[in-house]
Amino acid sequence: MVDTKQRHLPRPTPETLHFWDGTRSGELRLQTCDDCGAVYFPPRPFCPECSNRNVSVFAASGRATLYSYVISNIPAPGLEPPFSVAVVTLEEGPRLMTNIVGCDQTPEALTLDMPLEVTFEAQSDEITLPFFKPAG
Amino acid sequence: MARGSVAVVGAAETSKMGQITEMSELQLQADAALNAMADAGLTAADIDGIATAGKPPDALAQYLGITPSWLDGTLIGGSSFMLHVRHALSAIETGLCTTVLIVHGESGRSRVEAEGFPEFIGGKLAGQFEVPYGASLPPTMFTIPVLRYLASHGLTPEDMAPVSVIQREWAALNPRATFKDPITVDDVMNARMVAYPFTLLMCCLRTDGGGALILTAADRAKDFPHLPVYVLGTGESAEGPLVSQLEDFTSSKASRLSGKRAFEEAGISHADVDHLMIYDAFAHVPLYGLEDLGFCQPGEAAEFIRNRHTAPGGRLPLNTNGGGLSYMHSGMYGMYAMQESIRQLRGTAPAQVPNANISVAHGVGGMFSVAGTIIFGTESAMQ
Ligand SMILES: [Zn+2]
Repeated sequence: MVDTKQRHLPRPTPETLHFWDGTRSGELRLQTCDDCGAVYFPPRPFCPECSNRNVSVFAASGRATLYSYVISNIPAPGLEPPFSVAVVTLEEGPRLMTNIVGCDQTPEALTLDMPLEVTFEAQSDEITLPFFKPAG
Repeated sequence: MARGSVAVVGAAETSKMGQITEMSELQLQADAALNAMADAGLTAADIDGIATAGKPPDALAQYLGITPSWLDGTLIGGSSFMLHVRHALSAIETGLCTTVLIVHGESGRSRVEAEGFPEFIGGKLAGQFEVPYGASLPPTMFTIPVLRYLASHGLTPEDMAPVSVIQREWAALNPRATFKDPITVDDVMNARMVAYPFTLLMCCLRTDGGGALILTAADRAKDFPHLPVYVLGTGESAEGPLVSQLEDFTSSKASRLSGKRAFEEAGISHADVDHLMIYDAFAHVPLYGLEDLGFCQPGEAAEFIRNRHTAPGGRLPLNTNGGGLSYMHSGMYGMYAMQESIRQLRGTAPAQVPNANISVAHGVGGMFSVAGTIIFGTESAMQ
């Protein structure tokens, strides 16, 4: 489904590199605060809840539920309409943007709160994107 | 801030609206600015503060021949101009400048030397974590929260349709509106699907245009040609541009905080509001706005609109120019919402609301990322 030549790909920064290293090795990496225990996303080397710099990286379960989405009929680089643009809630709490794959891109197939699991697709040597599919 | 310490003494839009291929974006700004200066009986020499969004304020100052002692280039999307008003208020009160020109001009349709929708660089957080999934344009960004909103209140996409239908009724009364032909709920629901659940008639226009405001201290305000419109209260807040990280998809935190602050400053209740403008890039935004500003309980805005309380003849006239859905939308619409508030309080609006003395203009910037609220009042609202 993915045209790797055209999709707009992330350019990792020093603060996000661990996340993109993780997806390449099949892990969805989150961060947690060593002081207050907050789990947060997107990556940054400090806790947005308490501003503490002592934080740790860990691998998330990859389980999530569908929070909200649209089904775009507008072409986007590397994406053939119709495609879902979705926000999922990870089991660990944080939310992230993704596409729901492995099912029809219809309101009937995409029901809010449906259980999902992460799946990884390499886009280039450097970048592997996390997508979500119906848990099965 | 002292209630009503600053007034709008000049207000105008560009001479033309819609498709303006003969003007660059910079000239659209200048066209709006010159019209506002003429409205106030001023020239560039009288202006000592300047604010604009999307282009550097110093570039516009130089083009217009203004030598500013105060500049504001706050750019946070469509409600930038509400924030400019709020910042200008404090600048005038504290003596940083005396006469502020706030300008918007955007070649949103014709793209004549236009700045355009911000380019997402891959290294930015949105570029890394949202844009790769196709969340790169407003119809696939601003719209994402709504299915959660609808589901949590037992509503369906059809509950958004009356927003478009009723704003078209207002547009029919406005000769400058882009779209004036009546539409029905069926028309809205059967229009081409842009991004489910949003059909084309639930999405704003793309046009060229601009507008400008001139603000000065209230004690000078009666020296100008038109009835002064006073700034009674203001608010601003932000959550930020990552749609996936908004705290709650059923309500905008930035809107709630901005609105609350503005109402507190103005010292008014919701029953005091005669006229309301809520930024409507898409049909769901007025629903969120009515609830986040406190005019409706959570989940009740759709029924409020369906029951025609915001329609012509209703008790809370909303988006009386036709809004971004039917009047015009150049990209950063907030300026046009305030222009309509000023027209209503001057008594010069095409669809004039009788006895309008207090108007609330609420802007949502980015994709629910920022909000700005300005409460305007007439001389009699100052009593
Ligand atoms: Zn912490």
